[in-house]
Amino acid sequence: MAAVSVVVEKLTRRFGETIAVDDISFRVSKGELFGFIGPDGAGKTTLFRILTTLLLPDAGSCRVEGFDVVNDYKKIRNICGYMPGRFSLYQDLTVEENLNFFATIFGTTLQENYDLIKDIYQQIEPFRKRKAGKLSGGMKQKLALSCALIHKPEVLFLDEPTTGVDAVSRVEFWEMLSRLKAAGITILVSTPYMDEATLCDRVALMQGGRMMSISTPGEVIRNYPLNLLSVRAGDIYHLLGELRSYPGMHSVYAFGQSAHVAFRGTGIDAGSLKVFLTEKGHRSVEITPIGANIEDCFMELMNTQPR
Amino acid sequence: MDEPTEDIIIVKDLVKSFGSFTANDHLTFSVKRGEIFGFLGANGAGKTTTIKILCGLSYPTSGELSIAGFDIYTQREKVKRNIGYMSQRFSLYDDLTVYENIRFYGGIYGLAKKEIDTRSKSLMERLGFEASRNKLIRDIPLGWKQKLAFSVAILHNPRIVFLDEPTGGVDPVTRRQFWDMIFEAAHDGITVFVTTHYMDEAEYCDRVSIMVDGRIAAMDTPDNLKQQFGAPSMNEVFIKLARATSPPVPLSQGRGGAGGEAANNTESVKWT
Repeated sequence: MAAVSVVVEKLTRRFGETIAVDDISFRVSKGELFGFIGPDGAGKTTLFRILTTLLLPDAGSCRVEGFDVVNDYKKIRNICGYMPGRFSLYQDLTVEENLNFFATIFGTTLQENYDLIKDIYQQIEPFRKRKAGKLSGGMKQKLALSCALIHKPEVLFLDEPTTGVDAVSRVEFWEMLSRLKAAGITILVSTPYMDEATLCDRVALMQGGRMMSISTPGEVIRNYPLNLLSVRAGDIYHLLGELRSYPGMHSVYAFGQSAHVAFRGTGIDAGSLKVFLTEKGHRSVEITPIGANIEDCFMELMNTQPR
Repeated sequence: MDEPTEDIIIVKDLVKSFGSFTANDHLTFSVKRGEIFGFLGANGAGKTTTIKILCGLSYPTSGELSIAGFDIYTQREKVKRNIGYMSQRFSLYDDLTVYENIRFYGGIYGLAKKEIDTRSKSLMERLGFEASRNKLIRDIPLGWKQKLAFSVAILHNPRIVFLDEPTGGVDPVTRRQFWDMIFEAAHDGITVFVTTHYMDEAEYCDRVSIMVDGRIAAMDTPDNLKQQFGAPSMNEVFIKLARATSPPVPLSQGRGGAGGEAANNTESVKWT
């Protein structure tokens, strides 16, 4: 078993009547890339703010690299990098000034840890004299990551770094993360994008302050309890309605131009379904048995877990 | 009534410049009535600039535009009466109740009080929100908010609804319920003009345009685009197109906006 980096035990945090984080426990190993996947309101940000010592827990305990988030908060702040969901660098300082500011705060210099941030910083270096507030979304994200890395942290917390970011920048961001992982940094990253789960070593699927599952992306998929058919026919709007009325259906969800039809055991026969749809007037109906993806799994977990 | 194939959005040679920076560089496209049109592009490609112009909030530098049959230069108020708009960032007022928001937007869109009452009643019934009528928006879940925001944006039966990243941060089930509402609206004849970063959502569109550096780099049905670019998904079509862009331009060369920063990166991460 690899050495442990983050330990969370029975953590709870309320805001008034809302339970933002509800009795959560998990461990992250050193050097692991650990993902928290869930929609807004799942409790991801609250969890990150507690782990980065910016918020106190109501109950339970958390340790980061052996330090307690309440008693040893100063030590944790020295060894953690944190990129909050909302851009929180100084908009009226330039790229370079922001980096130097964060370096100074942590008693280091840009030069000292240049190796670690080189790949990322080089992409924004041409804009180093530009004010942070005038950068595009993708560049802001790279600057924020550079600032979070400037003191060579042991653990990196990234709260929804790819939200509102286009598909290309998302791919590039994950490429950066895999290089940081290779440099030995433990990374905890949250995201609402289900497809990013497959890029993590392990993922926690979160909803309403709870963890619905914690495992490798492969295990999440293997544990999917249903059978799936992918159904394609021209008009998705009518197709969804008709599929939902078909007997034996467990769930019907649109996935791009196809619908994923979930059922138990041998509940549905592809041939009979095709006949049914053709009788309803659909042409060129294509039905293919498929394996689940993370999003299928997430939705099924949402359906089965108590809210 | 209208011909089913009527072009409800007509854009010819649209140019919008900010100083020396061209945010929209000779865009030409049209959208048919009842069509779901996906308007995609990287961050900073110029999408927001175009949407502001189409909604009558900003004048183009040059070009001809007709929205719902009205001229964008001389009939802006008529354009605004015939469109709805919803964005993820700004849609409803947090410190007003569900009902107050509906009433407010009904008023803004020029509906009579009686009309607002009937429509808000049926809307809340349809969404199952009757019990939450007097709840503040800040106290209802995000998924509800987005469904309500969409319903409010089409409360006045607009010809076109503009949706700017409507589903960001929402859980996958709610995201699909949201798209059910979009399909229904389109089925009822409302033209849907939508931006999104979820590439599976691009596949729900009848047609898609992909903007790169202020120009439309590709425009077709998702099927045709996938075929044209030899890609199994819209995600890969998008990545192929947007990755082909130029490397970063230094500040001294004065590219004021964004969009150029997507560097050509040869390493790739495996997505499933």
